[in-house]
Amino acid sequence: MNEDTIKKPRIGLFVTCLVDLFRPSVGFASVRLLEEAGCTVEVPMAQTCCGQPAYNSGDREDAAAIARQTIEAFEEFDYVVAPSGSCAGMLKKHYPSLLKGTSYEKRAEAFSAKVHELVSFLVDVLGATSVAAAGKGGSVTYHDSCSGLRELGIREQPRKLLNSIEGVEIREMENADVCCGFGGTFCVKYPDISNKIVEEKTACIEATGAQTLLAGDLGCLMNMAGKLHRQGSPIKVRHVAEVLAGMEDDTPAIGGGGR
Amino acid sequence: MEIQSPQFKEKARNALANEQLQRAMGKAKTGFISKRKKSVEALPEFEDLRSSARAIKDHTLAHLDLYLEAYEEKVKASGGHVHWAETAEDARQAVLAICRAAGARTVTKGKSMITEEIALNDFLEKEGIRPVETDLGEYIIQLRGEHPSHIIGPALHLNKEQVEEDFRRVHTQLPEERDLSQPESLLGEAREILRPQYFTADVGITGANMLIAETGSSIIVTNEGNGDLTQTLPRIHVVVASIEKIVPTLEDASQILRVLARSATGQDMSVYTTLSTGPRRPGDPDGPEEYHVILLDNGRSSMLGTEFHEMLRCIRCGACMNHCPVYHAVGGHAYGWVYPGPMGAVLTPSLVGVDKSGHLPNASTFCGRCESVCPMQIPLPRMMRHWREREFERGLNPATQRYGLGFWAFFARRPRLYRLATSLAIPTLSGLAGRRGWFRSLPLAGGWTRYRDLPAPQSRTFMQQWQARSGAPHGREGGDR
Repeated sequence: MNEDTIKKPRIGLFVTCLVDLFRPSVGFASVRLLEEAGCTVEVPMAQTCCGQPAYNSGDREDAAAIARQTIEAFEEFDYVVAPSGSCAGMLKKHYPSLLKGTSYEKRAEAFSAKVHELVSFLVDVLGATSVAAAGKGGSVTYHDSCSGLRELGIREQPRKLLNSIEGVEIREMENADVCCGFGGTFCVKYPDISNKIVEEKTACIEATGAQTLLAGDLGCLMNMAGKLHRQGSPIKVRHVAEVLAGMEDDTPAIGGGGR
Repeated sequence: MEIQSPQFKEKARNALANEQLQRAMGKAKTGFISKRKKSVEALPEFEDLRSSARAIKDHTLAHLDLYLEAYEEKVKASGGHVHWAETAEDARQAVLAICRAAGARTVTKGKSMITEEIALNDFLEKEGIRPVETDLGEYIIQLRGEHPSHIIGPALHLNKEQVEEDFRRVHTQLPEERDLSQPESLLGEAREILRPQYFTADVGITGANMLIAETGSSIIVTNEGNGDLTQTLPRIHVVVASIEKIVPTLEDASQILRVLARSATGQDMSVYTTLSTGPRRPGDPDGPEEYHVILLDNGRSSMLGTEFHEMLRCIRCGACMNHCPVYHAVGGHAYGWVYPGPMGAVLTPSLVGVDKSGHLPNASTFCGRCESVCPMQIPLPRMMRHWREREFERGLNPATQRYGLGFWAFFARRPRLYRLATSLAIPTLSGLAGRRGWFRSLPLAGGWTRYRDLPAPQSRTFMQQWQARSGAPHGREGGDR
């Protein structure tokens, strides 16, 4: 081991299933941001999903099995970072209670202490106040996804880093902290209600006049992007990591076609 | 009230299509939220107050039997009567026996969710006793033959034009040309109609926001003063309250009052906070001759010590529903029973069974806003999840959901197989979308694509690309077990 690897924090990237399947660019943006911030990033192959679909459907057994599998895959790292407040919240806040009273209780607690959502990790743990990327700039509006906001206290961190990019103007929407109606399986179990909630959200987004909608969770983003597109809105939708990593030029916005 | 929660989806769809309801809900939600916010922000110690209110209730619930017995002693000592009711039927019969003994023909009622829970009005009417709701909102919905759509704003689902229509329909003795276009004129008319009722009623029935063990008192908080008239003017005052309303001391009650109105309506205090302790004493200028308390369990004691224990801290402020995006979207009636919104989604399955109310804890995005504003810090989303677990254990959720979940979990628990399957499926799906980037519809994805487009996957999975980029896999290879 040389000196360099000793000093650099070793990160296990929890990609999240939606990023893995639908939008790998968010994963690469995460890697770029973490590496630029002086970390070594590795991606354990034994990861699939955080287990929320099972956990929130009342299936504790499958959720616990997935939790154990994720802990095993990641516990060797200094930190576990995920580009999602919802998945990071699951790993950090819910794994310990899910595995309480089992042989994994202690491991789950130790694991939990290492877990962070990407942007809050950059700001709160690494002390970042700016990002190297110089993007295209323009006006953006930021939606605070529920789990990140209320379980992990993520609100100022993404705004701080966005403000450090020259030419980026944040136009706050009304009710930025109100749910977008995604809710995981909720959006397909109760599509009528989910639709009503996302309609209210897109009205708030449109009212800002911003060119781009950003958030830190791909599930919420796909929901809002899907609604905006159905409504014929020209607003571009992206994960905040892509903007922070300066990847706008080579990566079309959500729904903008493959590469 | 017969439970209609199994029809939640249908009721929700109707509610979403009801323009009038949507207009009323739109107005209601902004008011509650901004008022609460303002009043909470004006009180720097509000978060500490929440914690101390919670501690009071936690302590009380841990010694519930003790405090209930102490309370009973105090009520008796002040000349009142306590009736223990294990079930809703026990409570109804207790009320009826009191009314019969008094030869009552008319009872006035203060606003009370617990009498909604035991469906007291329908029961009394069948027994030939006329219940008169005296809270304006309750009065309006009684005229309409409806149930409350909100625990503190029973007529929240209505607009004032509808109320005007109802008043004109029912109050035919009043001149037709009268002006009923303003809330104040509606209130004035209701007051004019209701005032004489207090004097003709033989029995006044109220709920209780709290019961105080130390003094044997019941407390109600109101903004209209109707509760005071209901409990002081008739010859008999009956309090119907559930067992978890108890708090140890007057000091504890005043602590909880500090978070109650702020969380509910954004007021520092409600306009009236009224304590009743026993019947009229010699020398008292007014008050009832008899004072009865009916203590209802109706399933609550079986929640003690379970994962739903903390629900018994609820003080019925309504903040959870005021901040719930699902409640905002569909209103209270869609929930199909007495208690709507997040607190109803937890309490209803406890009281009527999750087999009849499974939709309620499922119809939540788990956004967590309810828990963040609950003055009693009740972990509502967590308890909704516990109900989903009970449902799952008993196999109550739909078969398609179970199979879908089982299929997904099979792969999610086998990383190597998962990677193989997704590395085949995702590029196929991406190719299927071609250059469009979106799906307008997709087999098995109707729940999503009915209302929104589905973005196509960018290309290959992240894992595929990462492996290709790095040559060899980083980290430990994920073996399937």
